[in-house]
Amino acid sequence: MNTFTDSAATALALVAGLDPMLLSIVTRSLAVSGAACALACGIGLPLGAWIGVSRFAGRGALLTLLNTLLALPSVVVGLVVYLLLSHSGPLGFLGWLFSFKAMVLAQALLVLPVAAALTRQAVEDADRAHGEQLASLGARAALRGLLLAWDERYALVTVVIACFGRAVSEVGAVMIVGGNIDGFTRVMTTAIALETTKGDLPLALALGMVLLFVVLSLNATIALLARWRGAATSSPLMVKGAAA
Amino acid sequence: MSGVMQLKAVDVRFGAVQALTRVDLRLAAGERLALIGANGSGKSTLLRVLHGLLRPTSGSVLRDSAMRQAMVFQRPYMLRATALTNVALGLWIAGSRWKHAREKALRALDRVGLADAALRRAGELSGGQQQRLALARAWSLQPDVLLLDEPTSSLDPHAKRDVESLMADFAQTGMTVVFASHNLGQVKRLATRVVYLEHGRVLADLPVHDFFNRSVLGETSREADLFLKGELA
Repeated sequence: MNTFTDSAATALALVAGLDPMLLSIVTRSLAVSGAACALACGIGLPLGAWIGVSRFAGRGALLTLLNTLLALPSVVVGLVVYLLLSHSGPLGFLGWLFSFKAMVLAQALLVLPVAAALTRQAVEDADRAHGEQLASLGARAALRGLLLAWDERYALVTVVIACFGRAVSEVGAVMIVGGNIDGFTRVMTTAIALETTKGDLPLALALGMVLLFVVLSLNATIALLARWRGAATSSPLMVKGAAA
Repeated sequence: MSGVMQLKAVDVRFGAVQALTRVDLRLAAGERLALIGANGSGKSTLLRVLHGLLRPTSGSVLRDSAMRQAMVFQRPYMLRATALTNVALGLWIAGSRWKHAREKALRALDRVGLADAALRRAGELSGGQQQRLALARAWSLQPDVLLLDEPTSSLDPHAKRDVESLMADFAQTGMTVVFASHNLGQVKRLATRVVYLEHGRVLADLPVHDFFNRSVLGETSREADLFLKGELA
């Protein structure tokens, strides 16, 4: 118990004192996850909106695949990206392995299905309710998807926040493709794992506090958005708090 | 084809449900056609076929290729945007430039008495105002045929009167109006012709005056007779 309380006190001091190493890890972590989230949402939101309003052969199979990918283990994504980026892999010529870019790519692939699947659901529900009226104005499927996505923008902000939460709290993919290199590819989750094994509990706890704070802030934002939209209950899309 | 639109032996089936059965209908320019019948009789399905939102399972729909049409729904859908944007959007989808669309939209809002609400969010408007907004959106497209699916059924009497008055105004301009309604008073006031549907079949298609001759309907259908007495919702 003493170890825990001592460690917690030291961790608080690190956070309060804006420890440079802590700040560097937190900043890198937010940058990696922010870039991954932007990339994944840039593709996933329009893709999800299109799937939401389109009807084509094989759509059911695609939805099953998309929903399956929601539960994609981050270590599997890390492994696949590692194989792609390794020297003998098809993308080895890029030289991205153990770099910031590799971590962004891995996290983007991890959250892309989340962005696409949740957007698809929101837009499809909206299309079922209102799509006919947009169609009566002459809007074809692609335009309908765009308009409904815009109309569901508050729900889609929640999707973006959920994607960021998933990205920032995962550890498996960035550990494999980033290598957890000090001052270069070390992010909050990989640092927590490393410092815990090394026995440096204060730094691990301090990082854990920051990570919890980030996730808490995201959930608070989602709840505020839900209230702003006049939702009776809080959003079901709460961010996973535990590192995946 | 004579008239602006013609349906020939149209069948619509949703799985095991036969929504329309061998419907023949010819729509003449400038007429005001009321579709009446109990819930589930096929009124909304017929409107959707007329607007091209539903393709018949069999039969054919013939339209004048130059004809423009617009539809107003019972509960109009408005985007989370201003009233002006919602009207302009319809015009933009129809091919107008955005700036031009906004100018036309303002005129349409003025036409339905909502000019003051142009910059208010559509969702903040009352039910009656939203229905007038939907009418402005439809009217702004300058349709030859205006289709309305129970446009006043969820409105209070005051809002009902406003919307009905606009429908009458639009009809005065020579626009062909087809509307579904449960309100027989409204049908008498607005329609020139009445189509009575029962279980997806057209049981009567008569000028409004003839339709409200009970002896004619009594021979046609007991259900129609009950409908006219207000005993069938």
